[in-house]
Amino acid sequence: MNSFERTMAAISHKEADRVPLFLLLSLHGAKELQIPIKKYFSKPENVVKAQLKMKEKYQNDCIYTFFYAPIEIEAFGGEVVFVDDGPPNSGEPFIRNFEQISRIKAPLVYETDCLKKVLTATELLKKEVRNETPIIGVVMSPFSLPVMQMGFEKYLEMIYFRKDEFKKLMEVNEAFCVEWANAQLEAGATAICYFNPLASPNMIERDTYLTTGYLTDRRTIARVKGPTATHLASGITIPVIDDLIATGTAVLGFSESDDLAVIKEATRNKICLLGNLNGIDMVNWDYKKTNDTIQNLISKAGDGGGLIISDNHGEIPWQVSEDTLLELSEAVRKFGTYPLMRSQ
Amino acid sequence: MNNMELLIEEFETALLQINRVKAAELFERCYDEDKSFQQLEHMAIHALETIGNGWEAGTISLSQVYMAGVICEELIEKYLPIMQIKRKDIPKMAIGVLQDHHALGKRIVYSILRAGGFEIIDFGQGLSVQEVVEKTMENKIELLLISTLMLPSALKVKEVKAKLVENGLTTQIIVGGAPFRLDATLWERVGADIDGKNASSIIHIIENKFRKVGE
Repeated sequence: MNSFERTMAAISHKEADRVPLFLLLSLHGAKELQIPIKKYFSKPENVVKAQLKMKEKYQNDCIYTFFYAPIEIEAFGGEVVFVDDGPPNSGEPFIRNFEQISRIKAPLVYETDCLKKVLTATELLKKEVRNETPIIGVVMSPFSLPVMQMGFEKYLEMIYFRKDEFKKLMEVNEAFCVEWANAQLEAGATAICYFNPLASPNMIERDTYLTTGYLTDRRTIARVKGPTATHLASGITIPVIDDLIATGTAVLGFSESDDLAVIKEATRNKICLLGNLNGIDMVNWDYKKTNDTIQNLISKAGDGGGLIISDNHGEIPWQVSEDTLLELSEAVRKFGTYPLMRSQ
Repeated sequence: MNNMELLIEEFETALLQINRVKAAELFERCYDEDKSFQQLEHMAIHALETIGNGWEAGTISLSQVYMAGVICEELIEKYLPIMQIKRKDIPKMAIGVLQDHHALGKRIVYSILRAGGFEIIDFGQGLSVQEVVEKTMENKIELLLISTLMLPSALKVKEVKAKLVENGLTTQIIVGGAPFRLDATLWERVGADIDGKNASSIIHIIENKFRKVGE
């Protein structure tokens, strides 16, 4: 069974040969090629080479064409700040006042250099892995992107008190998100990871989400011409699971803070789970902790399919060691082979 | 439940509904009852603590915590001059965000402390280690609150501490932010003096730590 078949079985709530493992590795590609992070992301060929190497090394079941979160900010003309030991971050927000919103235009995907690099990497990777390994593209939800576009504080003021500007920015972001997602699918992505941390009740209370971001998410996901995995980037999901399912998404990136038994029952035969390893804490994991964590996750959420093991934030931190990732991969094969052992 | 308790409960509800007008009305009613600043401060701090605890428990959103802090800060700001109250400036405090430009966490803590009547300097965000150290020295800061969003920024706290010590400063460091929430022992490993991951308890932490100095 190849990675694609294994993943499709999990999404269809069937037990494959084993639980699939999606190590969401982006920065680690630079480590793999032993070059600085900024240089690594400057050429799509680097990403292609590293993704293929890491797939083999860790027996990873996906290819991840995610470069860095603020790439969309870069496309809008904003600043990206690179560091030597972590993910590139967005700089000063480029929307400095509410009046600017009426003039904002979405970038044209096929005419924007940073986005074209991702598309090229996706095309090249597709030629390599064909339909044997799922390629996961990434977009930011139109509802969550403004945190980087204008800063969280200003954005919250807009959500609560400035409905007209909110509506206008959602229109721009939705149009961009749909074009960006569909361009990646056309380039060869199998599915789109739809990062949406603001949908979590940790960030925005459900009542407000239902009258704001939820409507945006429904409209956007309906126009994406392929499957989506909604990822709340370590935010809790249980209180909004049914809402997220109603957006039409196929996979749910869930949190370490979500109760495993509760979430398994709430999602059984409805939506496939992706998660929920704590990437930050993973820096401290030893062999025992890695094995215990994987065994616990699989024993509580692995039966009947519907689970893909991954971290709960959408990116493995730079500081996590290669040894830990190898042990993690081994533990998934040890404890995640179907049929699962009764003693688990 | 006495009148004051009822009033606080109503005030919390107004804050959670992000209802500035209602919150201001209730604050005024509290002021009218006994003209005591302590009572106003108590109402604000109690409400913010309850809301903060709700966030810890996953029942209240970060957005509500933030908006509640901003509203309370505005209200306290309004009544301080009316009642001729001076802000508490012991210990001398400052807050800043290392490397990142995401300032929400910093803003929440800043609002809570301002709502509690404390003076605190805002160093801003996107700061380098050197900038934090220089500003701390210039302002003779006794308690430095550092907020971070990403793990690499959190790890830089170690450099801040080392440089402060190198320069002979005894400034205490409180850290907060996502990396410290996700890794319970990270604050110790980076050399911070106090774990400040729970923003709502920040006033208690400071009062307990510095009460003797302030008295």
